[in-house]
Amino acid sequence: MSQAIEALSVGPRDAAALRAFFRNNAFPLVEHDRITFVWYGEADEVRLRHWIYGLASSRNLQRLEGTALWHLTLPIPPESRVEYKFEVVRGEVGTWIRDPRNPNLARDPFGANSVAHGFGYRIPEWIHPHPEAPRGRYEEIVSGSTVFGERPTRIYLPARYRETRRYPLLIVHDGDDYLRFAALGATLDNLMWRREIPDMIVAFTSTDHRLAEYANDERHAFFLTEELVPWLERHYPLRRQPQARCLLGASFGAVAALSTAVRYPGFYGRLLLQSGSFAFTDIGDRNERGPLFDPVVRFMNEYRAQPSAISERVFVSCGTYESLIYENRSLVPLLESTGMDVMYREARDGHNWENWRDRLREGLSWLFPGAFLMIYE
Amino acid sequence: MTEPVTKRQGPAGPVVLLGPQRDGYGEIREVLDRLEVDGPVALLTAGWQENEHEDGALSDAVARPTVNLRLHARSEQVYTEDDALLLATRERQRHLRHLQEFYRIRLDAIDDAARAITVRHVPLELLDEQRQISVAEMRHLDRDHLERCRAVHARFEAQWNPGRRPSVAPHREEIDASIGSAAAVVIAGGHVMSLLNRIRLFGALDRVGTRPVIAWSAGAMVLTERVVLFHDAPPFGKNLAQVVAEGLAVCPGIVAMPDVVGRVNVEDMEGMRRYVQRLMPDQCVALDPGSRVVFREGRIEEMTTSRLTVEGIVAAGWRP
Repeated sequence: MSQAIEALSVGPRDAAALRAFFRNNAFPLVEHDRITFVWYGEADEVRLRHWIYGLASSRNLQRLEGTALWHLTLPIPPESRVEYKFEVVRGEVGTWIRDPRNPNLARDPFGANSVAHGFGYRIPEWIHPHPEAPRGRYEEIVSGSTVFGERPTRIYLPARYRETRRYPLLIVHDGDDYLRFAALGATLDNLMWRREIPDMIVAFTSTDHRLAEYANDERHAFFLTEELVPWLERHYPLRRQPQARCLLGASFGAVAALSTAVRYPGFYGRLLLQSGSFAFTDIGDRNERGPLFDPVVRFMNEYRAQPSAISERVFVSCGTYESLIYENRSLVPLLESTGMDVMYREARDGHNWENWRDRLREGLSWLFPGAFLMIYE
Repeated sequence: MTEPVTKRQGPAGPVVLLGPQRDGYGEIREVLDRLEVDGPVALLTAGWQENEHEDGALSDAVARPTVNLRLHARSEQVYTEDDALLLATRERQRHLRHLQEFYRIRLDAIDDAARAITVRHVPLELLDEQRQISVAEMRHLDRDHLERCRAVHARFEAQWNPGRRPSVAPHREEIDASIGSAAAVVIAGGHVMSLLNRIRLFGALDRVGTRPVIAWSAGAMVLTERVVLFHDAPPFGKNLAQVVAEGLAVCPGIVAMPDVVGRVNVEDMEGMRRYVQRLMPDQCVALDPGSRVVFREGRIEEMTTSRLTVEGIVAAGWRP
């Protein structure tokens, strides 16, 4: 039990005490290695619904006797981020709601959850537009595709863009989501301004059929490699070397990035793989994640059987609270065994855009070290 | 130390190396006053790259007429006019990037081995012997890398002789004239390789003669024999110091380390010890704000700064 709840429980549990309790605390209650979730209201039961793989996903809050205050303390290590909702049960109806006292939200294309920031967690300052960092500009292009028809792509050009220069190319899967939910636009502006990464051109690709196209679909690899990149190279001043081409993706997008690189070995010299859905089986080919994962499992099993150096530098990250942590951890020694240069980072976080956002600086600056090492003011 | 790419006449007068100039440029003026510089000052701000021309505050501070040599802008003009040189330079830079990448991979491997050995429970003498082997391997790798880089530059010079190309030669003449009418040269910090490459392209210091040269941070680094990049806390975690190029060798016997306070983990005594041993016999000189090193004819005449020592600490003072 948190100290604040303890203090409340030993005193008079009247309205004044409760008002003071809510006025004097931020919620959830965060202590060094534990977090106390609090909800107030009349209900038959209140449950915590969270997204920490490995813990029971539903935990009951306790009612503080004589009040309508419900609470639950969980051991949460420092610097964690935990997404959650409350399930408020009245009669036979359970309603999932966000924590009304917690302003922190984790957003994704399907909505938003409350998110608890563990002790010591700080939202990185480099995700916010810096007043001195010049903004890159965006262009909307439509490149024809023989496999997908017309595909719109959003192109980011760095603030210092000049046609006489040559730039690396970063291709982003789920590009619109990376911009909306992972602050990739401001991050690029800031990291380029701070010279932590070089100026680069970024192609934000998106599709309405990601679960099919990103699951080792040869059409997707063909589109990127034989249609989009050549189109971009004709229209923008790009460096045409593997070291200057990078694929970025999260979840199924990471599968798309890896499988594209496997189909075109040596073409993409940099890969940034975040929380990849790299499901595999050691025996047989049945997986427990459903039919969407069947092509992924076939691909991963084949690659695991015959791993090869398909790129040069690969940054892999995953949250320790994700169900995919085992698969990602397993991938790292496999990639290293091929001679590729691999950096792996874990965070106490889940399968969400903020996790992927928070790892972008480290991943991008390792894959594309900027001039900051060269600058001595 | 290794020989520079091509013999240069180089500055024969006093050369003053300084740390970062964070509080305006009063220190530059003070040095100019002390050297009794009476006349225009040539500014070399190519390390600021596309912001090279933003020298108003510096010009105001030195309180003398100034002329900016505009090496960055000149190089842009050269590469716009001279496609062949542009392509050849790009190819050279691509090759150098590959060399740097491979050098870094080998360096990391030596470092990994050194760390793996360090944690073994064996007699201390044996560990110390192994530490020396690791340092020797790094020194060998550093030397080999610099020689390879020098060979790339030498081939480029021999094949393209950029200084004599019609796209470059007029700029060289203009720069020589500007230097000729200046009483001193000031070299700003910034992007160290951008600065070094442009000084080389235009031979910008070849006609300095006995004029005083005042340089800070990256400007100081390019005047030494080896340009060594260092930063103990990059955004991606671990980073070993890397030699990246031969400098102009105007100030021999030291490795210039601007902003040690901001860039070096001074609590990592083992790392600093290895760093110092790796770069010996050169001394690792800290160029923090307020530091000053004065060279004359290739020898240290005066020094107010700190240095990294073989004990793995930053110590005040100078040990000849």
